[in-house]
Amino acid sequence: MSKIRGNAAIVGTAESDLGAVAPDMSPIDLMAQGTVRALDDCGLSLKDVDGIMVAASQSRMAALSLCEYLGVNPKVFDSTQVGGSSFMAHLTHAQAAIEAGLCETVLVAYGSTQRTVGRATASSREPNPYEDPYNPMMPPSAYAMAAARHMHEFGTTREQIAEVAVAARKWAQLNPKSFMTDDLSVEDVLGARMVSHPFTVRDCCLVTDGGGAIVLTTPERAKDLKQKPAYILGTGEAITHAMISQMPDLTTTGTAISGPIAFERAGVKPADIDVLALYDAFTINVILFLEDLGYCQKGEGGAFVEGGRIAPGGELAVNTSGGGLSYCHPGMYGLLVLIEAARQIQGVCGDRQQDGVNLTLAHGNGGVLSSQCTVILGNEDTL
Amino acid sequence: MSEPAEKSPLAIFREHCDRGDLAYQVSGGKAFFYPRLTAPGTGSTDIDWKVSEGLGTVYSTTTLFPRGADPYDVSLIDLDEGFRMMSRVEDIDPLEVKIGMRVKVRMIPGRDDEAPYPVFDLAEGA
Repeated sequence: MSKIRGNAAIVGTAESDLGAVAPDMSPIDLMAQGTVRALDDCGLSLKDVDGIMVAASQSRMAALSLCEYLGVNPKVFDSTQVGGSSFMAHLTHAQAAIEAGLCETVLVAYGSTQRTVGRATASSREPNPYEDPYNPMMPPSAYAMAAARHMHEFGTTREQIAEVAVAARKWAQLNPKSFMTDDLSVEDVLGARMVSHPFTVRDCCLVTDGGGAIVLTTPERAKDLKQKPAYILGTGEAITHAMISQMPDLTTTGTAISGPIAFERAGVKPADIDVLALYDAFTINVILFLEDLGYCQKGEGGAFVEGGRIAPGGELAVNTSGGGLSYCHPGMYGLLVLIEAARQIQGVCGDRQQDGVNLTLAHGNGGVLSSQCTVILGNEDTL
Repeated sequence: MSEPAEKSPLAIFREHCDRGDLAYQVSGGKAFFYPRLTAPGTGSTDIDWKVSEGLGTVYSTTTLFPRGADPYDVSLIDLDEGFRMMSRVEDIDPLEVKIGMRVKVRMIPGRDDEAPYPVFDLAEGA
């Protein structure tokens, strides 16, 4: 167990406007909107914030932009940018900063207008002389090749992979903020427009605007706030590559490293977790992460998700918000993954709230399965 | 301290491509690609350039379906010398490219004034 287990808690969470936001909104507008909503959620104010952690693909020096916009001068700031898992990494860094006495209350924020400005503008690719000649469609082609390899090595079927999208849609139908709520079947997923074989557009995350913020603070301060604290019990981080051609094994992600570190630091096991929030940029992600986190053996993830096992009413509650596949995906979705995991602890998830939630796991993914960061949250009883 | 680099790894790679050769690097007995100034994992600058025989196996593959254009292949190729690269298998229908197929490299001219680059064709029996 880690000595910083539970030294900080998520106390406030908020989404910014999501989906298709008002014209000419900026990513920083959305961060600020999320910030004041998250502060209101917990009952703290901007003057309480002495640490700011932020990442965005549309803002190269996001901490500068956000601090200026908010008119704050925090003691600690961090713009770690490892893609969609950045915010899980921020939590680790916030825990360390709080433990070192550098700050007490940290804001983590994100904003994106990728639906408004287009994905190519929102996250332009760096030139890459070893990949550009082949014109891969990134990120879908990278994840599609991971799926193809998983199907080849383990006999995973297209239908099994599609079950992930179907489960996400069923959860999304319970979330009033979801972007897509029409009924979706395995046949619908398979019959949708092909993007990068074997993936159709329904295997791919949404392209929406959106963002939000999280406020975390010390256990002492967390006690008297409006929401129940979601204590950070353990985190783990891993980077295995940047380019998909450099990924050591397309069917095993860095989650096999980050997950065990997080479980060890938190002093809990996979079976103890009540709700999982796994970054579903693509359908295959959920299968890979369930395997790498230890919910089934490598190669058995396809069979594991069959028959609605991770859908509402199934054995394991995964992506109760509806996920990046059906709820919202503003480019670097990890912050919203964390928000759902915290809210299931707080008991504020409405129709999709699970009963008796003590422990949740938020798992972030960045790049092309490149960065993997795991966070385990718990309520007061788990301290 | 290592000497100043007279040429970038990319420039040396492209000189090989101009000659029709697929270049890779070896350090401490381990082959790697893309070309670098330092060996991954060790930081060693004791690196040899080698020319691949050009034979490999498809490690994974996808067919892209751009709107309003023809589908095309993107694959990851495991070269027999022990390194992996992204490329394209060219001489068959992209949906017919399968994991495990044997392939052989061919240099093709780059677009506009860009350098030649490696693609792969089927190499049955190789």
